[in-house]
Amino acid sequence: MREIDAAKITETIKEMCIEANHYLTKDMSEALDKAAASERSPLGRQVLCQLKDNLDIAGKDMIPICQDTGMAVIFAEVGQDVHIDGSLTDAINEGVRLGYTEGYLRKSVVRDPLDRVNTGDNTPAVIHYDIVPGDGLKLTLAPKGFGSENMSRIFMLKPADGEEGVKNAILTAVKDAGPNACPPMVVGVGIGGTFEKCALLAKKALTRPAGSRAETEWAANMEEEMLERINKTGIGPGGLGGTTTALAVNIETYPTHIAGLPVAVNICCHVNRHSVREL
Amino acid sequence: MDRHISAPLKKEDIDTLKSGDYVYISGTIYVARDAAHKRMDELLDAGGELPIELKDNVIYYMGPSTAREGRPIGSAGPTTASRMDKYTPRLLDLGLKGMIGKGRRSAEVKDAIVRNGCVYFAAVGGAGAILSKAIISSEVVAYEDLGTEAIRKLEVKDFPCIVIIDKDGNNLYETVIEEGR
Repeated sequence: MREIDAAKITETIKEMCIEANHYLTKDMSEALDKAAASERSPLGRQVLCQLKDNLDIAGKDMIPICQDTGMAVIFAEVGQDVHIDGSLTDAINEGVRLGYTEGYLRKSVVRDPLDRVNTGDNTPAVIHYDIVPGDGLKLTLAPKGFGSENMSRIFMLKPADGEEGVKNAILTAVKDAGPNACPPMVVGVGIGGTFEKCALLAKKALTRPAGSRAETEWAANMEEEMLERINKTGIGPGGLGGTTTALAVNIETYPTHIAGLPVAVNICCHVNRHSVREL
Repeated sequence: MDRHISAPLKKEDIDTLKSGDYVYISGTIYVARDAAHKRMDELLDAGGELPIELKDNVIYYMGPSTAREGRPIGSAGPTTASRMDKYTPRLLDLGLKGMIGKGRRSAEVKDAIVRNGCVYFAAVGGAGAILSKAIISSEVVAYEDLGTEAIRKLEVKDFPCIVIIDKDGNNLYETVIEEGR
């Protein structure tokens, strides 16, 4: 049994909140560079260059990349041989509170969906726990902005809808999102499982590096095909027209029921932020 | 075409702005988003007077991140405009002339834009760090209790945006899709 100090977890989460909101991971900034080099629309190139400059300024002057510093989503993979001295959930939320208050991040969380009073410190976070073998603790923090979150969709397709149905669902979600979701987007797709499982897969798919491929062969092929088709929609950077509408399509799959074909499309903007640490 | 205009907006500028123009705005603009719009709408329902002057003014749909010491504002990019659609036609009918946001607008908003001779601009979403550099000063003028959703008055210099819907109702989002393919 390995002991992990709750205070260490809090400190780590705090640092991750600040890091993720000021610096994109290398795969994302490289995807943006690649898009700026290949975009055919002059206005589209202008937008992509503005986004590259924005990233430079964010890191250099410590101004968040986007003012929507998100609701903090955390994937915690907890080794079954780990013991934490205190509440893991409390430790994570305290890290989010410190990160958002001391890190000059925006407080975007309201305590109740209808009374809508701001909690003032961006807590609580949305935390997904996974119990895994071993004595490690892997934390993935993905602050999620709601411009793109609002454009995300779940489709409970029929088995007869098949591959074409899945592709149409992805394309429908992207076209409906259009300029609202701050393109170029990253499109996270979950296929299979149950209603909530496919949504979780789609969210998790967004944390996979841009340019990586799904393990399942048909899903990897679909990622490539859908990226190409999405970039032919004409939506373009900022929705102002062009050949760069998505930077990546990441698909995760899971076994499902004989009667169903659930598909979730979680849309993220070009500020697809995440930070990963292992304790 | 690149244009430099001042805010509050002048009729001669609005009349010559075309969907697709790249515009740099300098002057005074207001900031309001979801919660402030809801509160203003309820105030109008109750026959109250709005905390800001709408005539010829521009509202920027934005909720900034916290400013660091010595800076006027934090990250300050546009939020999705369609969430304000429910409240917008009324404000346009009361004299509001311009809006800065991102994303599509409803048919009702477009009609109100044409009816009142207004303009809808988009700034680049997710470019809040660079856009904050065009903001010289920021002051909360109403609803401070709403935190990031309070109404602010900004002084801006060469704030970059693009005309999406012009006073004739031309909509860039609709015209570019075909050209971009």
